[in-house]
Amino acid sequence: MSVIQIDAIRKDFKGNPVLKEVSLEIRAQELCVLLGPSGCGKTTLLRIIAGLETETSGSISIGGRRINGLAPRERNIAMVFQNYAVFPHMTVGENIAFGLRMQKAGPALIQKQVKHSAGLVHIEHLLERYAGQLSGGQRQRVAVARALAVQPDVLLMDEPLSNLDALLRLEMRSELKGLLRELKTTTIYVTHDQTEAMSLADRIAVMHGGEIVQYAAPHEVYRQPATGFVGGFIGNPPMNFLNDREAHRALGVAAPAGATTLGIRPEDLDLASQGLSIDAKVVEMLGASQQITTRVGDELLRVSLGIDPPVHAGQRLTLRARAGCERWYRADGKLLKVA
Amino acid sequence: MRTAATRAPTAKFFQTMALVITICWLVPVLIIALSALSPRDAISAWPKALLPTRFSLDTLAFFFNVSGVWKATMNSVIVALMTMAFALLLGAPAGYALARFDFPGQNLYRVMIIMTRAFPLAILALPLVTRFIAIGLYDTLLGVALVHTALALPFAILVSSSLFMGIPRELEEAAWTLGCSRPAAFMHIVLPLALPGIAAAMIFSFVISWNEVFAASVLTLNNRTLTAFLFASLEESPLHFRFAGGFFLVLPSLIFIFVVRKYLFAMWGIANR
Repeated sequence: MSVIQIDAIRKDFKGNPVLKEVSLEIRAQELCVLLGPSGCGKTTLLRIIAGLETETSGSISIGGRRINGLAPRERNIAMVFQNYAVFPHMTVGENIAFGLRMQKAGPALIQKQVKHSAGLVHIEHLLERYAGQLSGGQRQRVAVARALAVQPDVLLMDEPLSNLDALLRLEMRSELKGLLRELKTTTIYVTHDQTEAMSLADRIAVMHGGEIVQYAAPHEVYRQPATGFVGGFIGNPPMNFLNDREAHRALGVAAPAGATTLGIRPEDLDLASQGLSIDAKVVEMLGASQQITTRVGDELLRVSLGIDPPVHAGQRLTLRARAGCERWYRADGKLLKVA
Repeated sequence: MRTAATRAPTAKFFQTMALVITICWLVPVLIIALSALSPRDAISAWPKALLPTRFSLDTLAFFFNVSGVWKATMNSVIVALMTMAFALLLGAPAGYALARFDFPGQNLYRVMIIMTRAFPLAILALPLVTRFIAIGLYDTLLGVALVHTALALPFAILVSSSLFMGIPRELEEAAWTLGCSRPAAFMHIVLPLALPGIAAAMIFSFVISWNEVFAASVLTLNNRTLTAFLFASLEESPLHFRFAGGFFLVLPSLIFIFVVRKYLFAMWGIANR
């Protein structure tokens, strides 16, 4: 089974570094999500793995085989593109068969694989259609089936759900997750959508400014954000960051030596009889929770509370940090590890 | 933002201009067609009827019976086919390169392609003739086809480049990841998708060659193309012969251009995506 080893990959584009010495190791059968805002280099990294772009330096190996400099077709990968890239002049069946045809597989095998792959994504009934006659969701299914049909060592997915409407995206997400669990194909999945990343990933590599800032399981990424950026990027609403020592004390926590900033999730703040007093400036009722936005000095503070009792705008609240949920960050934005 | 009120008069102006230009172009064509399809005595009649009152193929029949017409027609077809093939073989790869790769001097290259059309053929004529005589290309169909290729290439390159630009790069990349080499992906994906447009560019090259008079006249003596043949015999031929010749020349061009018109717009960026 394949293990992907990415070692000090660097990519300069017209003198600007897009990727700065990125290293990443992906276990066999793992689903690794590259997550980050646009321009962080995640798609570039994926395209370098696919062989569609050439790294400036560094090395990549799949299953112990160094693949630097190999053409995409020699890497035994398959890729699902953001805009599906379903060939418009071929039927769905011909699209799915394309990879196998290029490998000169026998017609019996091709037919069997096409049926099998189409079945996995439930498009057996569409095999005779052309891409123009399909909806976005169906096209995405064709793209996935086409990639799976060649039984790649590694499946690469570049924001495959981002062109679908919200409801369909949720549906496809859980279906994709079930499918990939079942197939146990090693997968690298690029997205800028943190919920998608959290729900799909075995491990998330959070990227920022051409670097991987944290690489861990979703729970750890959420609970122990390695930098202020990760905490601010993941979570909806994102983590609160407070520099004010008075506020720390009022919330019932104290900064350890070397720490400057308190990071605390909005849902880890509870109402208490004594603590930090704030005025609820904006209250948003979200159904399962109510989100309160306020300011502490000049710093933004968001609080997520249960919906009972309802909070009114302007109401005075007293907050306390839930024990053990506070995280401390150094002046350079890095998480302070508590021994 | 321009409002509908200011846009309407502008649109009306352009419509009127288009109408005037169309009439200026179509009336001579119509007169030629009417005369070619009328019997000989009706040609010099005036005023002309708007529709042919006495339809007759005598004039055209006379035209085709003149010695040399068939040979010249065949020469024209051969030269046009060669031009078409050369323009495709040179133009499509150049168009692909322009569409897909960033290379230094790309913009200069684009300008230079257009510039070849700005260079007057008359200035080139004498050097071309002496060169062609020296290397044995003078009075050959290949020689004429080469010059016509030079005239057709800018269009072939620009049309095919905008065709290739209209084909998403992702389709090609998907083919690469699915086991295609670059040439294989071009053959399996890009070419089938671009084929209708490429066919249009080829037909356009054919028409350019078919219509060209000057180079064909200067560079040939015995192996005349139809245009050169008609041009050479213009002085001494009777009126109805000229009309029939003109009609026979203009007809294929009109039909071809009409068939491929939507692909030619692609050249000006009004692509039908």
